[in-house]
Amino acid sequence: MIMQILSAALQTFPPAVLSWTVWKCSVCGVEEKKILFYHPNEVEKNEKIRNVGLCEAIVQFTRTFSPTKPAKSLHTQKNRQFFHEPEENFWMVMVVRNPIIEKHKDGKPVYEYQEEELLLFNGTFLRAMEDGGVKVLKERLEKFFHRYLQTLHLQSCDLLDVFCGISFFPLDKMTYLKIQSFINRMEESLNIVKYTAFLYNDQLIWSGLEQDDMRILYKYLTTSLFPRHMEPELAGRDSPIRAEMPGNLQHYGRFLTGPLNLNDPETKCRFPKIFVNTDDTYEELHLIVYKAMSAAVCFMIDASIPPTLEFCRKLDSIVGPQLTVLASDICEQYNINKRISGAEKEPQFKFIYFNHMNLAEKSTIHMRKTPSISLASVHPDLMKILGDINSDFSRVDEDEEIIVKAMSDYWVVGKKSDQRELYVILNQKNVNLIEVNEEVKKLCATQFNNIFFLD
Amino acid sequence: MAAAMGREPSGPAEDETPGAAAAGAGREGGGGGGEEGEGRARGGAEAGGCYLALCARPVHFEKANPVNCVFFDEANKQVFAVRSGGATGVVVKGLEDRNPISFRMEDKGEVKCIKFSLGNKILAVQRTLKSVDFLNFIPDSPQLEYTQECKTKNANILGFCWTSSTEIVFITDQGIEFYQVLPEKRSLKLLKNQSINVNWYMYCPESSVILLSTTVLGNVLQPFYFKSGTMSKLSKFEIELPAAPKSSKLSLSERDIAMATIYGQLYVLYLRHHSRTSNSTGAEVVLYHLPREGSCKKTHILKLNRTGKFALNVVDNLVVVHHQDTETSVIFDIKLKGEFDGSTTIHQFVLPPRSIQPYQIPVAGPASVTSQAPVPCKLYSSSWIVFQPDIIISASEGYLWSLQVKLEPVVNLLLDKGKLMDFLLQRKECKMVILSVCSQMLSEPERGSLSVIATVFDKLNQEYKKYLEAEQSYTMVVETGLSRSNPLLKRPVRTQAVIDQSDMYTHVLSVFTEKKEAPHKFTIAVLMEYIRSLNQFQIAVQHYLYELVIKTLVQHNLFYMLHQFLQYHVLSDSKPLACLLLSLESIYPPAHQLSLDMLKRLSTANDEIVEVLLSKHQVLAALRFIRGIGGHDSISARKFLDAAKQAEDEMLFYTIFRFFEQRNQRLRGNPSFTPGEHCEEHVTFFKQVFGEHALMKPTTF
Repeated sequence: MIMQILSAALQTFPPAVLSWTVWKCSVCGVEEKKILFYHPNEVEKNEKIRNVGLCEAIVQFTRTFSPTKPAKSLHTQKNRQFFHEPEENFWMVMVVRNPIIEKHKDGKPVYEYQEEELLLFNGTFLRAMEDGGVKVLKERLEKFFHRYLQTLHLQSCDLLDVFCGISFFPLDKMTYLKIQSFINRMEESLNIVKYTAFLYNDQLIWSGLEQDDMRILYKYLTTSLFPRHMEPELAGRDSPIRAEMPGNLQHYGRFLTGPLNLNDPETKCRFPKIFVNTDDTYEELHLIVYKAMSAAVCFMIDASIPPTLEFCRKLDSIVGPQLTVLASDICEQYNINKRISGAEKEPQFKFIYFNHMNLAEKSTIHMRKTPSISLASVHPDLMKILGDINSDFSRVDEDEEIIVKAMSDYWVVGKKSDQRELYVILNQKNVNLIEVNEEVKKLCATQFNNIFFLD
Repeated sequence: MAAAMGREPSGPAEDETPGAAAAGAGREGGGGGGEEGEGRARGGAEAGGCYLALCARPVHFEKANPVNCVFFDEANKQVFAVRSGGATGVVVKGLEDRNPISFRMEDKGEVKCIKFSLGNKILAVQRTLKSVDFLNFIPDSPQLEYTQECKTKNANILGFCWTSSTEIVFITDQGIEFYQVLPEKRSLKLLKNQSINVNWYMYCPESSVILLSTTVLGNVLQPFYFKSGTMSKLSKFEIELPAAPKSSKLSLSERDIAMATIYGQLYVLYLRHHSRTSNSTGAEVVLYHLPREGSCKKTHILKLNRTGKFALNVVDNLVVVHHQDTETSVIFDIKLKGEFDGSTTIHQFVLPPRSIQPYQIPVAGPASVTSQAPVPCKLYSSSWIVFQPDIIISASEGYLWSLQVKLEPVVNLLLDKGKLMDFLLQRKECKMVILSVCSQMLSEPERGSLSVIATVFDKLNQEYKKYLEAEQSYTMVVETGLSRSNPLLKRPVRTQAVIDQSDMYTHVLSVFTEKKEAPHKFTIAVLMEYIRSLNQFQIAVQHYLYELVIKTLVQHNLFYMLHQFLQYHVLSDSKPLACLLLSLESIYPPAHQLSLDMLKRLSTANDEIVEVLLSKHQVLAALRFIRGIGGHDSISARKFLDAAKQAEDEMLFYTIFRFFEQRNQRLRGNPSFTPGEHCEEHVTFFKQVFGEHALMKPTTF
């Protein structure tokens, strides 16, 4: 299928979240009590009630036409409202200011992941209500969204945010096995650890968590926790080389969550709590993130066992030295591999790859992700085309291929094979369709020769 | 009962006075250390864990008495019982050849020494200080005795040693004489002789080396090496005596010296007694390495930490030191880590001292009443005589044993698993013990930590890799035809220490995963640790290990873990593995993608890929794939049409049908199918659905 899109770059206001509400549907309740969270909070109470009531009305009204699939969004002249029912009778509504006349694709999926992140840190709404009533739930929502909405930058969302994938760190078998061995030994020595995840350079290497939980944890780590700790590092504060403790091996390990100073007996050992496997076993865990150089390990321990300072010291003394050695091993091996494969050269193709099966994503379009600014190296309009192609793919199950001629000698190619999607942006003067097709074939042969990816 | 004590066969064998025979080594006697040791010994014996034992089938011989003289020959490991100087019979029994040799010979006086040449060809008997008599045992050769006198005037023969089936060395107090025996001519030919003052001598048959004690103090040792008619003098060396001798008299006794081959190298073992003047904590055994070329060097010191009477054996490359006072023995392994002081390595004994396993003497004679209880044998008896490398003789009871090392008790005595493996891997009969140690450390109650398990796996695989490499380089040499130019090349011997993947799988890992007593996290960690270790030594991992990993992961629904392992190619690609993954698709859908990826990487499994796609009714995908690799001209049209029909998609069927029509046109100039393609059914179906006019018309040129 070939589509030619004439895309005009329009000067627009960036999309922005106008409001965000969470409320509970109930047959007979005081209107105000329905509202669990309302952003922005400054809005006058009556207006809050009015807006929520309107949303509820829309939802209930549209439900009569489609009882199983209620309305997901409502597009109006000025803005667009997204409705989402994460749990029965619990609704979240996001109102986004319209950027341009064309619809913006990215809102919806982002919205769902956000809910999952909420789930990761707070557990289900119902559970929270059972635990402590509406008040507790309200407090938790307030706390979560206050921080979360700051990290949500709709204007810089793009295809990668739609995928919400996981970037895996490329590694040779032997080093990978060494990491396995390290994790197994750590879980053995720190026997209260239930799950472990291992990351290097903000890319995942191992996850003991199930895929869906890891996806959300990964997003939290890479968009929120790591960036927060990177800035002080870059600024030279909080030097990672610690003062050597007597009789202790020098290492570069430190806690990203939990105690700041192990030598201070007064220090608090409080770790964020996360909720995993919410569908069946519903586990509440403490999240310990420990980092040495570029290697980060997440240890997750059962929430019923509060980690003590003594435990943190033990962890530090066991994990720190070994992780430091391992991190430099990985770095060394990675450089060797890079030299062998010759991957040091600037990639000739700009592409985004995503595999729905293992959530692996790979992009040569994006620079390192930062929390505030998108570092996509291509024009936002091209990114929008990618979003459109993705939306087309999601409508059919068949494998397909879309080639788009964009403005000024740009070509955008989207391919879907089984569970994989590949988007390539080419910029060559005076090429025709056949030549573009050949170029993409070449890319597949070099970059994806080790997977079954139909040409 | 020093090692060398009984080497002069006539002496102790005839001497029945208890204690006298064993009077050898213990010059300074028991002392406090002895008492302390005794207590330990008793405790040890009660607690079990005896790692030394006498062989179950000893050689029984008539015990020495005034009319029966007993001799032992170290070279052939034979006991000679000579009755009345041979007139009433000589019975020869060996450890290896179980059939005794009996014969009679004329009584020409007291026999001082009697030995067969190698292969029992010629018997040599020494009756006087000046000459040795010979008797042929070769069929059809002259049966009369013949005699050889020593060449050196006024010299006395100290003894003789056979170095082959026809070569013999006389050792006299003034030198050595090397002869070739000519049995047909009933005479000897002198090959070489050497004048040197000799105090005493010692022979190591394994390495054909004779050691002579020279000089007044006797501590300068001169070795000679014999090989097929040649005699070579090795460089002499001096044994450091513990204290400066007060007078110039013989200070180094043959009782304190032994020679043995340890790990393929010849060593001279010197039992240095505790001297009251030095600060040493006890006696020690000093090992001098005697290479074929170059000079002899002091290399190892074995600390005994006790005093008293000692005897040495070498069993399975271990130095065994028996201590008579405490009735216990200790063992040393010179390959294990010791304390290195720059020139010598100091070793402590590997295991706590233990007594030799209690031994029951079987009730002798078929005539005896069967109900009679077996008699416990007195161990460490003063009438014991010890020979190298592993012989213990009880002259008073008429038994000859070989000493054995039992590995099972060692397992519970050596708690450091890494050290235990180092020890076991050097032993001859180690395989089953090692495998049982592996099983033991994986299961309760003695489950080892992962780092210990990793250490053990690494040690096993290091040995395994060594063998694989030797095997590989041997095969390479054979294949390139270089073997003819190198006659010394031998196929590497696979010792029991080579524990391969199939051993581990059969005896340890499969049993361990099936037991399911350990938490699955531990099970998987162990399997991954083994795979890691194999990879570390660059050993290709066998498919069945991967299967075990997958089975375990699947059993516990750990599919995401499996997915990650495959993603990082920890489980190497293979067709069987890909098929296994395919079979998992119903319980874990992503296995389908993983399997297809793997088949693609194998690049030899294109047919399988097509089959997989067709089975999923992905007919177009299959066709595109096969076209992509250029195989679409040879595929079976019927197979694709079958699949297309099953998909119940008329447009798909049309497309596939048309593709093959076009192929027919291109290959044969006609779009219709040949009878050999068996597509009649599909043509009918096509006509039925799309009408006859839809069939492709042959293009005419």
